[in-house]
Amino acid sequence: MLNAGDTAWLLTATTLVLFMTLPGLAMFYGGLVRAPNVLSVLMHCFAIGCLVSILWLICAYSLAFAPGTPWIGGLSKIFLNGVGRQTLAPNTTVPETVFFMFQMTFAIITPALIVGAFVERMKFESVLLFCGLWLLVVYVPVAHWVWGGGWLNSMGIMDFAGGLVVHLSAGASALVVAVLLGPRTGFPGDLKPPHAPWMTMVGASMLWVGWFGFNAGSALTAGGDAGMAMTVTHISAATASLVWVAIEWAKFRKPSLVGMVTGTIAGLATITPASGFVGPASALVIGLIGGAACYFVVSIVKQRFEIDDSLDVFAVHGVGGATGILLTAICVDAALGGAGLPELRSMSYQFAVQLLGVIAILVWSVVASYAIVIGVKAAVGLRVGKEDEEKGLDQTTHGESGYNI
Amino acid sequence: MRFIVAVIQPHKLDAVREALAKAGVEGLTVSEVRGFGRQKGHREIYRGAEYDIAYVPKVKLEVAVPADFAERVVETIRDSNIGDGKIFVLALESAIRVRTGETGASAL
Repeated sequence: MLNAGDTAWLLTATTLVLFMTLPGLAMFYGGLVRAPNVLSVLMHCFAIGCLVSILWLICAYSLAFAPGTPWIGGLSKIFLNGVGRQTLAPNTTVPETVFFMFQMTFAIITPALIVGAFVERMKFESVLLFCGLWLLVVYVPVAHWVWGGGWLNSMGIMDFAGGLVVHLSAGASALVVAVLLGPRTGFPGDLKPPHAPWMTMVGASMLWVGWFGFNAGSALTAGGDAGMAMTVTHISAATASLVWVAIEWAKFRKPSLVGMVTGTIAGLATITPASGFVGPASALVIGLIGGAACYFVVSIVKQRFEIDDSLDVFAVHGVGGATGILLTAICVDAALGGAGLPELRSMSYQFAVQLLGVIAILVWSVVASYAIVIGVKAAVGLRVGKEDEEKGLDQTTHGESGYNI
Repeated sequence: MRFIVAVIQPHKLDAVREALAKAGVEGLTVSEVRGFGRQKGHREIYRGAEYDIAYVPKVKLEVAVPADFAERVVETIRDSNIGDGKIFVLALESAIRVRTGETGASAL
């Protein structure tokens, strides 16, 4: 039966999650690039938001959430076929239109996260083609496996708000795109610094607020589960922010704003899968481990492997998401203040399922993204010319300037 | 007449303006510029990666004054404890006040 309170909260949460991408993530990323590329980054996020919305209606929602096989959903809900004002989403107290919209905002932010891997050098048509295909080939099946009644769902995987579906899938794919696309000219030693760290901070703050919709909204009800999810989300974000800035302060003698807000996002990504299952004390631990793990992987990816995952999508989202998924199996324990595992399920079973989920999503994201990038490269190419890259994409691709002073 | 170009630290601008006004300078032009000197810029660290900032933000002052006044202006800019920067003094051929068409020192 429809519940007005739940519906009101999910409508609100949907708005918050869209706000995470537009303009939260767009500004978070936009501040980190060179000034002549700021518009291109905002444009990528905005265009992905529009493109995914259309695909979501046409078939992506149905293939993720309509009844189907363990591998992919069915086609019974293409174009929201059969979903009217009175239709409730299965096993919920909210209209299916609201559930459809809520899930759409997740589908929007996930490919938008990958933007961080290819900023400042990818052709716009390639961005659109890659993201459209990626939604259908990676996001949709993974969402079905984990949330839509697919095989991992049947095994009892615990991914409350998208550690696997959103963060690991985007993070792992980002790494593949970065490798195949190649680094920005000048990487690693001769790059320009972020052009507007203040913009990054504003974007991160919007992401933080929007994340309450992301995690507490994933309860799909307006009760205690949502309240606890919001609480642990906030604590993890605050903890990881302090952890990141503390490491930098010790290492470089300067506590940086960009570092602090990057820690925030790492803490938010790490708590995401756990947010509906754990207690506040665990959130401290999750923020601590998530912040530290993501910090160290940033330099491993960029310095040791020399992969120009430009805005650290894998290190922050991939590592955060996977870490959170694994910690969920432990922190869900009632003795640690968690919601407890279902009866007759052991922690070791749960951990094995979570680990299997990480491996499966990692492998699928890497393999499928590799194929998509190769296909896009053959069809329309990947990179803008070197001269256009130097001048910046705002002028050369979009014919605009971010700052007409 | 002399044309004085001084490149100074941005945070010293207010002190220099006050000192020059006291010394009798009637007007000056300021622009935000970037450059490097012997220090060769500096480094900034974002997410653990070091970036060379080759051009450091500076402020450029431009003042036109009668020839016999130039030394005093240069001394004033120096006396107000600028620290870093450079002062260049150039010969100035002519000056014209747009409103009245006056030329020479009376246009300054």
